[in-house]
Amino acid sequence: MSVGAVDITYRGIFQKNLAGVITKELVKASRRDEKVGGTVQRYGDSPERNGIPAKQFSVIADDMDELRVEMTKYEPENVVVVCVMDDTMCKGIESWAWYGVRPINLNLAPGGTLLVISRQSPDELLRWIPRRDHDWNLAILPGEPSFGGLWVYNDDGTDYRTMGAVSRVTGGLVALESLIAQAAGGADGELRASQLRDGYDSVTVHPVAAGVGAEDTYVPVEMPDWTQMREGLVIPAVERGKTNKLFMKYPTRTARPLVNFDTCVKCQICYTVCPDECFIPTPEGHYDIAYQSCCGCGICAQSCPVGGCIEMVSESVFDDNNQLYSLYESDKTAYEELREEKLEKAGGPIPHYGIY
Amino acid sequence: MTTTEQTPAPASATPAEREEIMTGCDAVAQALQLLDVDVLAGYPIRPYDSVMTAVSKMIANGQMDAEFIVAESEHSQFEIGKHASLVGARSFIGSAGVGWMYGMEALVVTASLRLPVVALVGNRALDDPGAFGVEHNDALMVRDTGWLLYWTETAQEALDMTLMAYRVAEDKRVMLPCALSMDGAFLTHSQHIVRVPDAEPVGRFVPPYELGDRQFHPDNPISIAPQFNEDWVMEARRQSDAAMRRARDVIAEATADFHRVFGRGPDDPFVESYRMEDAEYALIGMGTVGMVGKVAVDRMREQGKKVGFIRVKWFRPFPRPELRALLRNVKGVGIVDRDYSFGSNSQAGVMYTEIAAALYPEPRRPVIVPFIAGLGGREVSAENMAEMQEITEEVTARGEQDASCQWIGVRGPDTDPRYDANPQITEGGAR
Repeated sequence: MSVGAVDITYRGIFQKNLAGVITKELVKASRRDEKVGGTVQRYGDSPERNGIPAKQFSVIADDMDELRVEMTKYEPENVVVVCVMDDTMCKGIESWAWYGVRPINLNLAPGGTLLVISRQSPDELLRWIPRRDHDWNLAILPGEPSFGGLWVYNDDGTDYRTMGAVSRVTGGLVALESLIAQAAGGADGELRASQLRDGYDSVTVHPVAAGVGAEDTYVPVEMPDWTQMREGLVIPAVERGKTNKLFMKYPTRTARPLVNFDTCVKCQICYTVCPDECFIPTPEGHYDIAYQSCCGCGICAQSCPVGGCIEMVSESVFDDNNQLYSLYESDKTAYEELREEKLEKAGGPIPHYGIY
Repeated sequence: MTTTEQTPAPASATPAEREEIMTGCDAVAQALQLLDVDVLAGYPIRPYDSVMTAVSKMIANGQMDAEFIVAESEHSQFEIGKHASLVGARSFIGSAGVGWMYGMEALVVTASLRLPVVALVGNRALDDPGAFGVEHNDALMVRDTGWLLYWTETAQEALDMTLMAYRVAEDKRVMLPCALSMDGAFLTHSQHIVRVPDAEPVGRFVPPYELGDRQFHPDNPISIAPQFNEDWVMEARRQSDAAMRRARDVIAEATADFHRVFGRGPDDPFVESYRMEDAEYALIGMGTVGMVGKVAVDRMREQGKKVGFIRVKWFRPFPRPELRALLRNVKGVGIVDRDYSFGSNSQAGVMYTEIAAALYPEPRRPVIVPFIAGLGGREVSAENMAEMQEITEEVTARGEQDASCQWIGVRGPDTDPRYDANPQITEGGAR
């Protein structure tokens, strides 16, 4: 293989620096293997907003012409690894061009590797990751998602561990020795080397056969030609009370609001402040949440005047976007049990979520 | 004097018209009243703002029923015009010089949203210096964005073309905004005798504004101006391109209809050609340069010179077929740009660049001599026009195909080695 792309799919702003370091260092190290490379930032709405899936990829090639061809593309040809910097993105990503929620492994080359930073098992992750019609590998680098800020470098070793893992799962697209030698030129060379080795050694690779995984519900968006498009940049509006099926915001979410309906005082504040109109009034005056459209901004939780009524809970403990009010309505005890179970699994609500 | 052809008056009775004397700005205001324009968004800047004065007076006098909104800046002004157009209101905006530039973003989106707003540009020099006088660079700044562009010469033409602008812009096949340019001072503030038609024929000539299923209304739930990326933008651009291509036919059709309804009108919709039948030379200009251009041609014709004048009227769509046909048999062409494009081909103006490109496919090309004249409102006289004709003849005699641009009416030498750094550039056009 003479040209390969390493795709870093990350959460906008929180992991922008992380993706930047990984892609750049991979290219610099590949120079020691006498290869050429570059990186491409695929941005959505700029600057990448909090939590929106975004990506940056490295292209590593044997010669300049192979590289030049890939550097003017949004989607590189031969994606040998997709690094998923937060495992909740395995539920799908909806990011750079509003084409609906796309499978995390959509562009993975046959035989390529999805490298996920996660504490979950392969089977747990495969309940989210859609099946492909070719064989691929699921690699897991044990760890928590590393979140920083736009101006903050979260120096927890995730970047170098990921690079080490990339070297391993690609069979040396970039050699581990080259990465170590490259890191040795900078500060903390020994620490970086140990992180690189740790990533290389601790990553586990699990072959996934064609057809194994979650149901693939992705339908590519229709692309009318210029004679078929409505003139004047007119598109049909979303009908009243409905949501845009092509613009689901849930992939942006790292946490979701969970409501204790028993303590709700029906003040309507969540309904008013939600920027995405996710709160649906119920006949009783409560507010159900359309989780598919919720980007997890946390404004509702911040605005709720009742302590513990709306709480932000890690997205990793949820599997679907089903609305929950009907459960509450039919069986209040069952709902409370579910709420407590999720809170416990997530280690409690995230305090001060969304307050910067 | 004769132009290329004269349309005979129709046999039927000419519709009632009254004769008045008014400025170019007043003439536009008069047309807006006849057109029953719904929303006018204004922000004062000389010399366009005379339209605002005239319109507000008519509204105050009960002669006109319209929403007249004075914004806090040109950007908001143009946005108001755009949004009014979007909900189905016939709307009007206008500005001049850097005011037009200040609202550029709103102008660009008006064109890409295909909204038939009509604007008056009282052509004014771009700041700095803060001059009031005419230069065409302001309106030309939108030339690539999907605005229909027209340059008027007289107050009569300003009135007629305001009617025409709405007729063409609102045509379903076009749906593009239209900017009428009017030379600051020389037309915005000069009074001409104008024939003002009745409202009834105007109503026949310009049907009611209908946006159809694009009208923004609660009963027609649509979303407009989405953000969409590389998989959609080219298709949208291609639609605007198709609309601009269709505009030529619509303009020709509307001009023929203008004759039928009003019993008068221009012979050629796109250019005015004056004494070009047997011309060996042509001078070309836009706007009020046409007035002195025709005088100069008359005088030179008396001296036996076979010279004619062409006034470019529609600049977008650009009158390429007309110019190619008219210039097919001439030896030399002098192009008078009342604008500049620093660093461009031959260091000349915008119109020169476009005409030179239009003539490139011709098997036999005339010698083309670019001129820049009348910037910042400097007068261009009939003598200046004669001077440019003389230079054109000299350059043509020398057979110079790459004459560099000459500035007419500027104080100082044609060229000065201390300032014009590259002698090769100035060589070609040195007299």
